[in-house]
Amino acid sequence: MLKRQAQLSVYIGTLKLKNPVMVASGTFGYAEEFKDYMDLKKLGAIVTKTVTLKPRQGNPVPRTCETPAGMLNSIGLENPGIDVFIDKKLPFFKKIGVPIIVSIASEASAEEFIALAERLDGIQEVSGLELNISCPNLKDAKSGRGSHALIAQDAQATQRLVKMVRKVTKKVLITKLSPNVTSITDIAEAAEDAGSDALSLINTLTALCIDVKSRRPKIATITAGLSGPAIRPVAVRMVWEVYKRVKIPLIGMGGITDTESALEFFIAGASAISVGTGNFLNPKVSTEIIGGITQYLEKNNIRSIKKLTGSLLCQR
Amino acid sequence: MHLEKATLLYNKPLGKNYFRLACNAAKIANDAVPGQFVSVKINNTHEPFLRRPFGIHKVDGCRIEILYEAVGEGTRLLSKNKQGSFLDILGPLGNGYDYRYALIRHKTPVLVAGGMGVAPLFFLAEKLVRSLGRKVRHSPRVLLGAKSKNQILCEKEFKKIGCSVTIATDNGSAGFKGKVTDLLKQTLSTLDCPLSTALYACGPRPMLAEVSRISRKHGIFTQVSLEEHMACGIGACLGCVVKTKDGYKRVCKEGPVFNSEEIVWEKHTKGGR
Ligand SMILES: Cc1cc2nc3c(=O)[nH]c(=O)nc-3n(C[C@H](O)[C@H](O)[C@H](O)COP(=O)(O)OP(=O)(O)OC[C@H]3O[C@@H](n4cnc5c(N)ncnc54)[C@H](O)[C@@H]3O)c2cc1C
Ligand SMILES: Cc1cc2nc3c(=O)[nH]c(=O)nc-3n(C[C@H](O)[C@H](O)[C@H](O)COP(=O)(O)O)c2cc1C
Ligand code: FES
Repeated sequence: MLKRQAQLSVYIGTLKLKNPVMVASGTFGYAEEFKDYMDLKKLGAIVTKTVTLKPRQGNPVPRTCETPAGMLNSIGLENPGIDVFIDKKLPFFKKIGVPIIVSIASEASAEEFIALAERLDGIQEVSGLELNISCPNLKDAKSGRGSHALIAQDAQATQRLVKMVRKVTKKVLITKLSPNVTSITDIAEAAEDAGSDALSLINTLTALCIDVKSRRPKIATITAGLSGPAIRPVAVRMVWEVYKRVKIPLIGMGGITDTESALEFFIAGASAISVGTGNFLNPKVSTEIIGGITQYLEKNNIRSIKKLTGSLLCQR
Repeated sequence: MHLEKATLLYNKPLGKNYFRLACNAAKIANDAVPGQFVSVKINNTHEPFLRRPFGIHKVDGCRIEILYEAVGEGTRLLSKNKQGSFLDILGPLGNGYDYRYALIRHKTPVLVAGGMGVAPLFFLAEKLVRSLGRKVRHSPRVLLGAKSKNQILCEKEFKKIGCSVTIATDNGSAGFKGKVTDLLKQTLSTLDCPLSTALYACGPRPMLAEVSRISRKHGIFTQVSLEEHMACGIGACLGCVVKTKDGYKRVCKEGPVFNSEEIVWEKHTKGGR
């Protein structure tokens, strides 16, 4: 008997992805960096490094350090600004031919988010926007020190912002949530109510590493964002909680380094996944995961990846 | 750039904490230029988590060599890898030295190594010697600096390929007593025309800052190879930046080799040795 190939395609809002494997903002550069290692066309979608209205030089070094099964980063959203992004970086993305999701942020104001969304709304090759309201590495506007209050830590602020951006863009709108909250489901519902088409979760966990010899922080900005397998169980738990409360699709991420870790997210409730820090360990792991998911589905006679989403069996 | 499963040919101790590792990595060997580096996944667990960067020390046909010091958990585990095992290795990465400058402008290359900084400079010396052919007048001069005599690496190898070698040790147990940068000052002062040289340096950040200060006085073309903590090694994470006159640049992509006058030398708390 001829076996039908497992269906990998999924929808994120109105956007159809040929497979549910994406790469996470800030961990895939501007895609060019990976072209020697893999066929970029195979990816379900690519999320760009977060871009801001004006260029940002980012934080001082050291910006990264290794931790048990993970790493800290405090890049501080270094990026060339939207104009240079559109001029110099977007043309390469356009050539790849997979959906491009542009991650946008502002340290200053909602108006900047709107200006960014308006600029990008007119560009046909941009398939969607991801609102990065959860970057832990920006300075507090008042104190000038690390860890400022995130929009993603406040349900009302999240709702206001998503609503405002929703008004100015027809692109697929994704809101990226922070794990640094008491109740991620409240924020998730706020974003859904305000018209977000999907949610990305999770961004990094605020963390601190100390060099005991010098008694100094290992990262220049003192605190930084923890990523990698160390945060995976937290991320999977949050996807599961949010899945039970919202209807819009979830893009799960946090410590995915192979097929098995990707599958956990689908079972918990994700419709798609993003590979982040895993790209640094093996630059072609995202394409390996696409193959691995197909194999898993076929081996278990699951027709479509959609059937796996939220299929966690809770009874013992 | 390639991702290779390289067969480990040997991983030999060189004195106390130093190791010379060779592996078969044909594609990387074929594309590598001096000053570039490779990024090694020490094992297939998450401990240690990230890849580790090492300068390419030597290329010989399909094989590449690295020279490293066991300084922490990752390098200590690396030193345990046995002949015949596989090494997950990414490279060649970064830009490499502009060795053609010395050749085209008929400059005498002066290679300044501080400690483990000697690693990528041997590949450079070989390339220069080979490209120079019989123009021995311009054969490379190598200044090797270390804390003491038994930390001097590759002296014989440099001499064997026709480089002149002078040594500086902090404690005077071999050669000039003092810093390799003091040796550099002395060497330049004995030359009729310091401008007839081109400097290529690798070593700890403070040493490179000093090399840069010395060469600027003479107006000598100088390239330095920098180290910075790396997460991806391929330009994607923006973690490894260094401050230059044109803003931050990625050590793993626009570097690790920079023209010394490009760098904004600041007090550096971490990275480099
Ligand atoms: C471009 C480049 C080329 C290098 N070439 C060589 C070489 O040829 N030979 C050699 O012996 N060493 C070289 N190094 C330094 C080498 O990468 C570090 O010694 C090694 O990563 C230490 O790992 P560890 O686990 O033993 O030490 P740990 O201190 O346990 O490492 C902890 C973390 O710090 C990072 N780290 C530690 N020291 C350094 C350093 N000096 N520079 C950058 N990151 C560091 C590690 O990569 C790791 O992520 C190079 C570094 C760079 C950036
Ligand atoms: C070096 C680095 C840079 C990042 N930059 C961004 C960014 O610009 N925007 C963003 O939304 N998330 C950024 N992230 C967060 C990731 O997209 C992802 O949410 C997080 O790292 C968790 O996934 P992971 O464990 O698979 O890396 C960054 C993460 C890392 C490690
Ligand atoms: S190490 Fe990631 S950009 Fe250089």
